[in-house]
Amino acid sequence: MTVTCFELLRDWTCRQALDQADWLDERYAAFSRGANEQDLHLFLGLAPRRLGKQDLILSSEDLALANLAYPGWNPSGWSLDGAARVAALLAFEGPRPFAAMFQDLVRTADAHELVTLYRGLALYPRPASLEFEVGEGLRSNMRAVFESIVHHNPYPRDHFDEHRWNHMVLKALFIGSGLGAIVGLDERANAELARILLDYAQERWAAGRQVNPELWRCVGPFAERVSAYAALQRALAGTPAERGAATLALIAADTPVARDLLSTAPDTTALAADGRLDWNHLTLQEAA
Amino acid sequence: MFIDPHAHMVSRTTDDYEAMAAAGIVALVEPAFWVGQPRTFVGTYVDYLSSLVGWERFRAGQFGIRHYCTIGLNSKEANNEALAEGVMEWLPRFAMKEGVVAIGEIGYDEQTPLEDKYFRAQLTLAKELGLPVMVHTPHRDKKRGTSRSMDVCEEMGLDPSWVVIDHNNEETVRETLDRGYWAGFSIYPSTKMGNARMVELLKQYGGDRIIVDSACDWGISDCLGVPKTARLALESGIAESVVRQVTYENALTVYGKSGQMQASDWLNPPPIDQRTLFEGNSILRGGRDPLIETPARHRCDSLHGDDLLIE
Repeated sequence: MTVTCFELLRDWTCRQALDQADWLDERYAAFSRGANEQDLHLFLGLAPRRLGKQDLILSSEDLALANLAYPGWNPSGWSLDGAARVAALLAFEGPRPFAAMFQDLVRTADAHELVTLYRGLALYPRPASLEFEVGEGLRSNMRAVFESIVHHNPYPRDHFDEHRWNHMVLKALFIGSGLGAIVGLDERANAELARILLDYAQERWAAGRQVNPELWRCVGPFAERVSAYAALQRALAGTPAERGAATLALIAADTPVARDLLSTAPDTTALAADGRLDWNHLTLQEAA
Repeated sequence: MFIDPHAHMVSRTTDDYEAMAAAGIVALVEPAFWVGQPRTFVGTYVDYLSSLVGWERFRAGQFGIRHYCTIGLNSKEANNEALAEGVMEWLPRFAMKEGVVAIGEIGYDEQTPLEDKYFRAQLTLAKELGLPVMVHTPHRDKKRGTSRSMDVCEEMGLDPSWVVIDHNNEETVRETLDRGYWAGFSIYPSTKMGNARMVELLKQYGGDRIIVDSACDWGISDCLGVPKTARLALESGIAESVVRQVTYENALTVYGKSGQMQASDWLNPPPIDQRTLFEGNSILRGGRDPLIETPARHRCDSLHGDDLLIE
């Protein structure tokens, strides 16, 4: 039997909570027996005060367990109080449906709290019912709030339709946010997204601006269908990171034209074949 | 390094944030207030409180300024009983949010029975939650209104060392200090306090328990009220230690009692604090190019010469 996300969060937070561990464990137990929402609000307010906001300390085994409990869940970067807040939400048996309570929590959340609430999205009961609040978070102008949904969070992979997924990726590029931390980026790649991103790249180039080379990762598998070869050829002649990205995209395209283009970039193609160039290491310096 | 412990930034522009950061303001306190016209739905008030702990904090953080706030039902809107009852239900939840350093600004406007009722209710809330209080003293019938505000605080069992009586003037300061309260002064053109008058008060009273703020809002007001007053005070021969007390330390001491504000928040922030949305000391992140000549720099010229005075 696999351990649940709640059990993991409970164990991690209690072991790090020192003299607050008994209080914390007792609160979780009380919430799971059924409690009113005021008790939950009080707990959410007290958590950072009593526990502190330091990083949640996790070993590589802990992270492996997280990924077993929910594939793609990566709680590295969570805070102790944040983990306790999410654990309390998971434990909480209240009078109203979770989605109604969650809406209320988001409506009154402070900035730090919003990040915490959204980081736990995938783990909550009936996660699909939280769609409206997720949309609000994606529309947020607070970058950290947007990224709490988009980065290291399996919720978009598991619950977004294609339209929302594509606009999430596009917004990430627009605001200068990286794509590498999006869970399921390759799985959810699609031709429509490739088309949108190709247009976006051409618009940027026309305006004399740079393009985040990570973008080509979503285009590569559909290079033929969206006629991306000319753009990839241009990227292949660009900065070191662009050359690396174009190389990886052409390898993913795996077509005769792509292979022809790759023959003009033997150095990066060889690095990729050696595993010294990948989407997390796009430049020669980093790959070396 | 300054703290502006009373600034209504929802009414101000990014230009102001740039100027404040450039003038050395590292942190500010934004009290919940009357936005210039009455709110007629509880929900609009709730969203306003939410913006104080969320969006506005983020906006300040982009300029390297730490943003704190106070939560409260202001005296004007306390006169709408239906609204006031609704807002009171939501206040405890917001008062427990991070970065909330006091209940405020609360007190009297026209000194009506409803204002009195919700002033007292909020003093009780502050006591229950262990939070300091920021008291707005009335513009009209000021002297008596200020005395009455302190009477009520004491009746409700508050410790004066946890209460800031704001918008003081020459007529109210003596009693405020004698009764053991913190005395706030809003350097606000025309209506409240000018900075030359403030310097005279500092000469007379020193810096103990005196706090200078700008109270900048939607009216003609100056978000550089604190640094300008500091400059003028130094030029007038006020000791540096006194200037530091009234433009930095005292505010930190009283609002720090909330446990939600400490100097390490701005002295030692993580380079990019993802979880608290604070961008450290750089406003140049996110692809913005450095500007050679920023509006902030022009504005900081007003720290010298003729523009220094706020009358």
